[in-house]
Amino acid sequence: MSKLQKIAKEIRAMIFKSAYKGGGGHLGASFSVVEILTTLYFSDLLKYKSSNPYSKSRDRFILSKGHAVLTLYAALAKAGFFPEKDLYTFCQPGSKFGGHPKMYEVPGVEASTGALGHGLGFGIGVALAGQLRKQDYKVFVLLGDGECQEGSIWEGALFAPEKKLDNLVVIVDHNKLQAMDRLDNIINMDSMSKKWESFGWDVEEVDGHDLEQLQDVLGRKNKNRPRLIIAHTIKGKGLSFMENTPIWHYRMPNDEEMKMVLKELDLTKQELEV
Amino acid sequence: MRNAYIKALYELAEDDKNILSLVADNGAIVFDKFRESFADQFINFGISEANMIAASAGLASCGFIPFTYTISNFLTMRGFEQIRNDVCIQNQHVKLVGVGGGFKYSVLGPTHHGTEDIALMRVLPNMKIAVPATPLEAFHITKVVAYDESPWYIRLEGTKEKELFDESYRFEVGKGTIVTEGNDLTIISVGSITYEVHEAVQTLKEKGIQVRHINMSSVKPIDKDLILDSAKNTGGIITVEEHSIIGGLGDAVADVLIENDVQNIQLKKMGIKNRFVSDYGTQEYLRSIEGIAKENIITEAENICKCRK
Repeated sequence: MSKLQKIAKEIRAMIFKSAYKGGGGHLGASFSVVEILTTLYFSDLLKYKSSNPYSKSRDRFILSKGHAVLTLYAALAKAGFFPEKDLYTFCQPGSKFGGHPKMYEVPGVEASTGALGHGLGFGIGVALAGQLRKQDYKVFVLLGDGECQEGSIWEGALFAPEKKLDNLVVIVDHNKLQAMDRLDNIINMDSMSKKWESFGWDVEEVDGHDLEQLQDVLGRKNKNRPRLIIAHTIKGKGLSFMENTPIWHYRMPNDEEMKMVLKELDLTKQELEV
Repeated sequence: MRNAYIKALYELAEDDKNILSLVADNGAIVFDKFRESFADQFINFGISEANMIAASAGLASCGFIPFTYTISNFLTMRGFEQIRNDVCIQNQHVKLVGVGGGFKYSVLGPTHHGTEDIALMRVLPNMKIAVPATPLEAFHITKVVAYDESPWYIRLEGTKEKELFDESYRFEVGKGTIVTEGNDLTIISVGSITYEVHEAVQTLKEKGIQVRHINMSSVKPIDKDLILDSAKNTGGIITVEEHSIIGGLGDAVADVLIENDVQNIQLKKMGIKNRFVSDYGTQEYLRSIEGIAKENIITEAENICKCRK
C-alpha cells in the first residue's frame, strides 16, 4: 500500500467515526471525494501551512459541495490544522464541526458552503484577487455533478475563461448520483466535458479514485485559462453496500450493515467508541 | 445620487487600490471616466448577479473593498442567497449598491420598482443599510461605508434628486439627521421622498403645526435614541418611505417603540400598501396614487394632531 493509499484509508475511517459520533452525515458524498482530497492535501499539490492557515500566499481549496464536509475535516485534521480528536465532536452541542463547513471557525476551511452553487463564484473572487495582485497562489474548487444543475455554476463557467483565470482549477466529482436518483433519470449531465469545453475551459477527465492519475492530472499547469477536471467517482466508494446507491446520500447503517462497515473499513467496535 | 456615488467612488479608488467597482452590465457612460482611470479596479461581470455577489465575497476575503452595483431588485433579489451566505454569514465587507430604489424607474413597471429591497436587507444579520435622501448624502455615505468593516447595502435612486443639505453635512452610522425641529409631531423619512416631506413640513408650519422632521438614512443600525426622544417629546410619529410598509423604515421605527415599551404613541406608517403598482407615469405620479405625496403627508399629519386634541 502506498503512502497516499494509506492516508485515504485512514481518512475513510475518520469520516465514518465522525459520522458515527455525530449520529449522521453525508457519507456517500464524503466517500466519493476521499482520493481527490488526499491527492490535493498530501502530495504537495496544495501549498499550505497548517500553523498559518490564513497566510496570504496559500493555495485555497474550496469545497463547494459542502455536504462532503466529513472528508474535508478529516483531511484537515490529518494535515495538522487541529487535533484528530476534535473531529469526533462532529455535530454535537458546542462543537465547531457542523454538517457544513464554516470559514473562520474551523482552521483550513476556505468558504462557508452547504447551499449548492456558491463555491465557484466565491472561488472566482479569490482567483481574481490573486490575478489583480499578481500573487501566484492557486484556487481549487470542488463541485458536485448534481450541483452543476445550479444556474450560478454556469454564470461562473462563462466568467472565468473570459477573465483568463489561469490560477483556477475546478474539479467536478462526477459520481452520477444526486439526492433522489441517478442524474440521468433527473437532469442528464453526461456531456459534462463538452459543456465546459464549449464555455472555454481546458477539460480533462480522470478516474477520481486513482491516486496516480489524480496526481498527474491535478499537478498539470494551466495554460492561460481555467482548468476543469471531471473526476469519475463512485458515490459511497469504500463501502460495498453503499456504492452507487442513492439512499446513502444521508443515512447511517443499521446493526447488520455496521458489521460490514467495521470489516470493510478495517475498524473495531472499540476504535469506533474512542 | 448615482453620479454622487460614482464621484465618491472615484475619489476612494484614487487613494486606495483595494477599492473595486463591480457592475453587472449596468451603468453605461456614467462609469466611463472611472473605468478609463482605474481599469484594474473596474470589473463588469456581465448580466450575472449571483456570480458577481459571490465573487465580491471572495475578493473581500482577500482584503479588497468591492462596491457591487446594479439595479436594486436584481442585486437584492436575484442574488439574495449569495448575499446571505457568501457575504453575511462569512461577514465579508462587501458594499452592495442598488440603483433605482423606490419608484425611480416608474415607467418600467413593477419588475423595476425597488419596493421591497430594504425589508430583504434588514432581515440579514451583519448587514447594515444606508438610504440617502440627496446626492450630497449619497456621496458622504459612500465615503463612510467604504471603511466601516461590515457588509453594507446602499440604496440609491437615480439622478436629479433635489438637495437638502449643505457642505457641512456628514453621515454618521446609526444616526438620524434632524432636518427641521418641532414638537407637535415627528415625521421620519428615507430616500428622495424626504424632500417631499420637507415641503409638507413647511406647509404644516404655516398651518400652525410644528413638525420635527428626521432624515433616517442609517436604517440599520437605526438611531434608537432619537426615535425614543421623539416619541417622548412629540407624542406622534409618521414614517414615510417609497417602499413597502412591510419590513422597511416604518417597521424599523415600530420595532424600536415596541422593544422599549413605549405606550400611548400614535404611529402612522406611510408607504406602499402590500401591492405591486402597475400604473405608469412619473415617480411623483406613482407616489400620489399610493398616497405618499406631499398632500397626503399633510393630511395625515393634520389628522394625527386633530385626534390628539
